[in-house]
Amino acid sequence: MATEINDIIKPENLVGKKSALLTDVPMHYCPGCSHGVAHKLVAEVIEELGIQAETIGVGPVGCAVFIYNYIDIDWHEAAHGRAPAVATAVKRLMPEKYVFTYQGDGDLAAIGTGETIHACNRGENITIIFINNGIYGMTGGQMAPTTLAGMKTSTCPAGRELKNFGHPLKMTELVAQLEGTCYVTRQSVHTPIAVKKARKAILKGFKNQKMEKGVSFIEIVSTCNSGWKMSPVEANRWMQENMFPFYPLGDLKDI
Amino acid sequence: MNNDVKLMKGNEAIAHAAIRCGCDGYFGYPITPQSEIMETLMVEEPWKTTGMVVLQAESEVASINMLYGGAGCGKKVMTSSSSPGVSLMQEGISYIAGAELPCVIVNVMRGGPGLGTIQPSQADYFQTVKGGGHGDYKLITLAPASVQEMADFVDIGFEIAFKYRNPVMILSDGVIGQMMEKVVLPPFKPRWSNEHILNINPWATTGKTVNRKQNIITSLELQSELMEQNNLRFQEKYRQVEEKEVRYETIRCEDADYLIVAFGSCARISEKAVEIAREHGIKAGLLRPITLFPYPSKVLQQLTKQLKGILVVEMNAGQMVEDVRLFTREVVPVEFFGRMGGIIPSPEEVFHALENKFVNK
Repeated sequence: MATEINDIIKPENLVGKKSALLTDVPMHYCPGCSHGVAHKLVAEVIEELGIQAETIGVGPVGCAVFIYNYIDIDWHEAAHGRAPAVATAVKRLMPEKYVFTYQGDGDLAAIGTGETIHACNRGENITIIFINNGIYGMTGGQMAPTTLAGMKTSTCPAGRELKNFGHPLKMTELVAQLEGTCYVTRQSVHTPIAVKKARKAILKGFKNQKMEKGVSFIEIVSTCNSGWKMSPVEANRWMQENMFPFYPLGDLKDI
Repeated sequence: MNNDVKLMKGNEAIAHAAIRCGCDGYFGYPITPQSEIMETLMVEEPWKTTGMVVLQAESEVASINMLYGGAGCGKKVMTSSSSPGVSLMQEGISYIAGAELPCVIVNVMRGGPGLGTIQPSQADYFQTVKGGGHGDYKLITLAPASVQEMADFVDIGFEIAFKYRNPVMILSDGVIGQMMEKVVLPPFKPRWSNEHILNINPWATTGKTVNRKQNIITSLELQSELMEQNNLRFQEKYRQVEEKEVRYETIRCEDADYLIVAFGSCARISEKAVEIAREHGIKAGLLRPITLFPYPSKVLQQLTKQLKGILVVEMNAGQMVEDVRLFTREVVPVEFFGRMGGIIPSPEEVFHALENKFVNK
């Protein structure tokens, strides 16, 4: 059987291939999780730009904490929420490099809100990739600042009640207001078309660094089917029906 | 006359020394009594001369994490703050120690706890030498007692930090930071070139080339066996530091019956107290630990043999005295004299404490 598959997998039959920058380490993500696709897009963009040796990534604390195992570049694993501060110093000290952070919503929109807003406001020439799945995935599905009203998590088991827990935070709208951001967009990776658009956005975010226009901020509205307690297909549907109305896709700012 | 002899504050000396020793980046947040460090850097504008980056961060939490980023690139980076700000940095310091990154952190101590006072204190001894942040790590700690040492310890701090890939703390206080003294500024050293950093810091995130593996700056290791190995490696490093990096000063200890142990500004005050005691016919001497970790425990143990008593003088409720008791095993009486709340003890007070606790007892 194996030989038959190898007979088929020949260069002339390939319609696509894994980015050379993605390592062979099996990803630890749950099936259906958006992280795998988002990682692939980052790797592809770095490969396309030919900037492996010029790119420094800053990873988060959260599900993507092991991103350094999957994308073959130099990495800083930042403390929870501090990636924009780490990236600020890396970029200021090595302005010739491409520097990006990859952060979840707990990391970027709760504990790291201050670092995010100030890095954006200073107009650091970095790219911030923001994975928003409305929940803390790694710690087991607690409420995030981005959890939708009424959405159930392990720390709001009856659903997010706004009077007690406050409102879901629209970080992307918030940073779009700041003079230091040049490109602010909200994307998703739930369909092939969405993946293409998200890839284009990430590519643009990286290219912007050379123009020294400030922060490129790319939110990717994502699924966490394990945290949401749904099958991958259900999670994709739920995201479209519930997340997208509150977190509408598209560019918020492009200077 | 050496043109580089200047009259300046300890805080200003730190800033000038940073520029002169080839520091690549300073990241800080204003707090009394150390704000002159960043203010001096902003006036000097080293980005126009040496290319040094100076950035006012949004918080101490951000500045220490900027150090994590800068140090990971193999650059010489430093920050400074005072006690409440250094408390905020503890998480980041633990990460820096855990990721084995070199950097210099200056704490110009003020009185606590809490918002406390802006007046001088030495109440962060425990925080500095006993950990401060989470996990088993050590901060290599230099305690300057003069404006000259404020200037000198920046370069020495970077040397030790890179030698051991470990954060170095310059533990100063509001007295040394604010007082003006004569200082000989160190000569200018060029900043390290990118090529030099590639050679001496092969672990740094300089960009992954085809010729080498990824460089990953992290303190994370989920496999217990490997994490224990990391910890054992750190402990071995700290043992090496204890063996090789101890610094101290002894004054009139040769024939001393009584020893005052004090660091930083309290050592300056106690030096005068030793003089007063000698004028009164009391054979007193001073041991001034310059490194607080590693502690000069061997010389302390050596000196103890000839002593009738030890007085530890600190601007706190009695912190280093616990280590002196531990290292001497109290084979001689160990007494403590301290002031708190930002009060600076006078030499006479220290002398009277020595007299009352030992001689007139």
